[in-house]
Amino acid sequence: MTSNLIVYLIAIPLFSSAVLLLSGRKANKWGHLLGTLASASSFGVSAYLFTQMLAQPAEDRAMTQKLFSWISVGSFNVDASLLLDQLSICFVLLITGVGTLIHIYSISYMSHDLDRRRFFAYLNLFIAAMLLLVLGDSYLNLYVGWEGVGLASYLLIGFWNEKPTYATAAKKAFVMNRVGDLGLSLAIMIAFASMGTVSFAGIKEAAPQASTTTLTAIGIMLLIAAAGKSAQFPLQAWLGDAMAGPTPVSALIHAATMVTAGVYLITRSNFIFDAAPTAQLLVVIVGAITLLFGAVIGTAKDDIKKALAASTMSQIGYMTLAAGLGPVGYAFAIMHLLTHGFFKAGMFLGAGSVMHGMNDEVNMRKYGALRKFMPITFITFGLGYLAIIGIPPFAGFYSKDMIIETALNAGGIKGILLGSAALFGAGLTAFYMTRVMILTFTGTKRWDDDAHPHESPILMWLPMAILAIGSVVSGFLFTRGDALVHWLEPVVASHGHEEHSELLPPIVVSGIALTIVLIGISIAVMMYVRRPIEDVAPENVSALTRIVRQDLLQDAANEAIFMRPGQALTKTLIAVDEKVIDGAVHGVGAMAIGSGSELRKSQTGYVRSYSALILVGAAAIVLGIWVITQ
Amino acid sequence: MNSANYLYLSALLFTIGAVGVVIRRNAIVVFMCVELMLNAANLSFVTFSRINGNLDGQVVAFFTMVVAACEVVVGLAIIVTIYRSRRSASVDDANLLKR
Amino acid sequence: MTINWISLTALLPLIGAVLLATLPKGAELRAKQFAFGTTLITAASAIAMAVQFQRDNTNLQFVEVRSWIPSFGINYAVGIDGIALVLILMSVILAPIVILAGWNEAQGGRWSVKTFYILILVLETMMIGVFSATDVFLFYVIFEAMLVPVYFLIGGYGTGERSAAAVKFLLYSLFGGLLMLASIIAIYVMSGDQGGHTFDIAKLANLEMSSTTQNFLFLGFFIAFAIKAPLWPFHTWLPDAAQSATPGTSVLLLGVLDKVGTFGMIRYCLTLFPEASKTFTPAIIVLAIISIIYGAILAIGQKDLKRLIAFTSISHFGFITMGIFAMTSQSQSGATLYMFNHGFSTAALFIVGGWMIARRGSSTISDFGGLQRVTPVMAWCFFLAGMSSLALPGLSSFVSEFLVLVGTYTRYPVAAIIATVGIILAALYILIPVQRALHGPTTPGNENLPDLNLREKIAIAPVLAAIIALGFYPSPLLNVINPAAAHVNSQIGFTDPVPTVEGK
Repeated sequence: MTSNLIVYLIAIPLFSSAVLLLSGRKANKWGHLLGTLASASSFGVSAYLFTQMLAQPAEDRAMTQKLFSWISVGSFNVDASLLLDQLSICFVLLITGVGTLIHIYSISYMSHDLDRRRFFAYLNLFIAAMLLLVLGDSYLNLYVGWEGVGLASYLLIGFWNEKPTYATAAKKAFVMNRVGDLGLSLAIMIAFASMGTVSFAGIKEAAPQASTTTLTAIGIMLLIAAAGKSAQFPLQAWLGDAMAGPTPVSALIHAATMVTAGVYLITRSNFIFDAAPTAQLLVVIVGAITLLFGAVIGTAKDDIKKALAASTMSQIGYMTLAAGLGPVGYAFAIMHLLTHGFFKAGMFLGAGSVMHGMNDEVNMRKYGALRKFMPITFITFGLGYLAIIGIPPFAGFYSKDMIIETALNAGGIKGILLGSAALFGAGLTAFYMTRVMILTFTGTKRWDDDAHPHESPILMWLPMAILAIGSVVSGFLFTRGDALVHWLEPVVASHGHEEHSELLPPIVVSGIALTIVLIGISIAVMMYVRRPIEDVAPENVSALTRIVRQDLLQDAANEAIFMRPGQALTKTLIAVDEKVIDGAVHGVGAMAIGSGSELRKSQTGYVRSYSALILVGAAAIVLGIWVITQ
Repeated sequence: MNSANYLYLSALLFTIGAVGVVIRRNAIVVFMCVELMLNAANLSFVTFSRINGNLDGQVVAFFTMVVAACEVVVGLAIIVTIYRSRRSASVDDANLLKR
Repeated sequence: MTINWISLTALLPLIGAVLLATLPKGAELRAKQFAFGTTLITAASAIAMAVQFQRDNTNLQFVEVRSWIPSFGINYAVGIDGIALVLILMSVILAPIVILAGWNEAQGGRWSVKTFYILILVLETMMIGVFSATDVFLFYVIFEAMLVPVYFLIGGYGTGERSAAAVKFLLYSLFGGLLMLASIIAIYVMSGDQGGHTFDIAKLANLEMSSTTQNFLFLGFFIAFAIKAPLWPFHTWLPDAAQSATPGTSVLLLGVLDKVGTFGMIRYCLTLFPEASKTFTPAIIVLAIISIIYGAILAIGQKDLKRLIAFTSISHFGFITMGIFAMTSQSQSGATLYMFNHGFSTAALFIVGGWMIARRGSSTISDFGGLQRVTPVMAWCFFLAGMSSLALPGLSSFVSEFLVLVGTYTRYPVAAIIATVGIILAALYILIPVQRALHGPTTPGNENLPDLNLREKIAIAPVLAAIIALGFYPSPLLNVINPAAAHVNSQIGFTDPVPTVEGK
């Protein structure tokens, strides 16, 4: 049985991770090789499974593998069971494929790091967790992977945690992700309470009978979860800081795979969102806000990785937007997710290659003219650049254009608003990505004298080249004959087929989008080619620029709304605990001591007063008896 | 003669003794007043013995006398010791039990 | 010949304690080895008992009844169900681990090393007894007698203001115990009016009582258990006690003794006073939620590592109490599983934290820093223990916490939603000390701290292994717990809420 192989997808990297973590320093010599091999074997298995699926007719492609009964209490029965269907295989191939490339890249990139073995262990752990996330057949199984990738992300962001800011970034990512997890766990609870099951299949079956209120509640909770994991508004603040991790991590986790898990969640839960229009509306709103938010932040970043991170946030906004548009959008969300996986991972690796040659400098104002020194990096990065801004025939053109089109066709004022947001975002994307290209690769050199830029070794540029090829051809492949749309149909297709009126013919939309992109490019060229670039970001800028540089005040807002009141609350409660609650306890003790010391004063130590008291007491008793007996 | 008169005398003696114990400071005087109270009680016992026509009261009176004799021995010894150590026979000076 | 497994298991440590007392002074190593061996044998005996346990049988098993004080109808009566079995297993497994992990912690005490282990062994006997007693009087006697060894363990071998903490612990517990004693006497008197004086739980459960009486008697028991558990606002003894006690004592205190409180809620509060339990459920759920949030927030603000762990436990006990009183099969099973898992995750935290403190000579979190670089294995163990405490999916505590939450949600959605906020706070109260102690540059003075030695690795390995293994495969425990938990719920007459939509 082919389906028996599914578990090995997860087991191989998980086992390798455990070996690497437990074997200690003696594994330093071969640890990276084992890690890469594990990821590659996992990719091999997934490729084999993919070919097996291709051989089947569309409706028989989904496979499940039940491992064992995980939690079973009363009516709450969750199996440890894996589901490989058309949707998850896309992710599995992306995760293991891009993951293996990044493992290969890391062999060289991390070669000088003392903890390279540990790094590979974490990467393997991540691969295993991410695969579990996309392969779980119930929300609870997904949850394990969901937090597993959060853990791996935490470990990898804080990989160089000697630096306190990096450790803080890791913690911030984990905590903000936990806010999302809160949504996911509540979604599971609501689902179980109302439908008595937490498996995808079970909920899909029960969803049509459930009330819209319930489904909306589940949908909103899932959206919170997706927002936390995918850095969507309002839980987006962690992604920029997450760039503290080594660059391969940023490429794999914070660009290609983990951050897209939210999109997976929404797509996987299509049966809930399709029946909960309010939740769906919120999804598109979140997507639209984030795509603009990320793009705006991206325009002011001087740190190459943070610029790319902002771009990631924005691109996932596109995916979320598409996923929120319902059955017409899911396939495009996944398509953009896959093409984005290629070009953004490629660009991050390119950024890593640049940093590698530049003494880990990340400030783009200290780059310039690197084209001559790093030709391969320039070409691969450039191909990714063309793909992300959506120049035909590169991958991003197909996927992003589809999303813009679908958004415009969503109907009514909603369609126009969403479509314009997507179009405007495309323009911004063109602007900030052009800015990155210009600052990094063209112009005059601005680096310090001790930097000696050089091209990276083959282990690094080969993965970049493969990803670049992917960013060139993948869009074309996916759209040829609507291949991906048809592939995903059994999972995400709506039950009733609905016709959408087209606001504008596709060719016109593409034309408008291209025009806007060109405008964005020209503005960037005007601003950064015509004018000299200063080494230090100019200070005399408008208030708006300053706000954008501070990430539109996202951290300030979080601090003002949550962190400082939280700290105040903690301090208050500690005082209350000491003074009031423990105070009451000690008060009882103090009362006993106090009353004792008061009563002690009656003990004067004078024999005569004692004897007088005895006398009075005796008299009182006699009198008492006399009164009673009378 | 009315037996009640003996009881009145006993009550009077007891009261004098009690008042003496309470108001006098000199340990010897206090001690003598205690003896007075004991003897007042003895007088009552003997009187009741007489009234009831049996010997129980007289027996108890003898016991009391024995106890009183012992008490005198121990008590005087204590008083003398206190006087030796503190150069005073005032009971108010002997307040060590206070703390 | 049948073996009375419970009595055998309970007697083993006691015999060990007596033999230990005959050892000559100064034979410290011998005393440790002997105590360790005794706990191992005890654990083996308990496991042998567990193997024979029939998990689908909801009656009490291994029942043994001997007349003790016939004139008052008091029996030595023991017997266990799935819940008690799981807790006994937890206790006997933790005992050898505690001894091995804290191999040197008895040094520097007020009394000899030998006395320390005698106290531990006596305590172990009582732990087994308290979970298996089916006679209320026997339970009460052990419940109170347990205070004695713990009092001496804290007051004699602790650090800092150990005497004050020990007295506080003792007085707090005695106060609760007295309230319970009053209730026990009342219920005993009532049993006399209704067909013969008895202390047998099964018979007492059938007593006829007016609802007012039931409420008062319930409170007597409940407050005693709420102090023990500890539930807000009866918790203030715990941080002090945990801060002053040795790590091993803290493990036994938080991991096992506090479970007597939550176990008592199930065994006595629910079984003896079902009506009153229903009456007070809303109030108790509120207290539980306050405990969850309050304990978590206070943990976030602690500067002392041991106090921090104590406050996290208050939060965890809130979850357990909430699960018990939500009275759905998921929450009830989850609560018992939670007790077991909390025992292990707190043990891991305290043991590893104790090693860190012993090496550094300070329990202030800010004195650590950069341990990940200096002592990687110890740092990893602490991290893993922390992850277990914040209920990371894939680790054992997640299963129990989620069961409690999902079970509570089906009956008290609002309570479950508020409690879920606790998972965010949990991330904070674990990651903040992790960052301060393990990450960042190495704090001066920590450069030469030694990493875990072989003995310590052997001690912590089974705990961490159990945490991971039971996270992926909790069925062995759940299969034992489920019938017992369901039996408790059915005794009170609660059935699970039915999903609004019938799914498949």
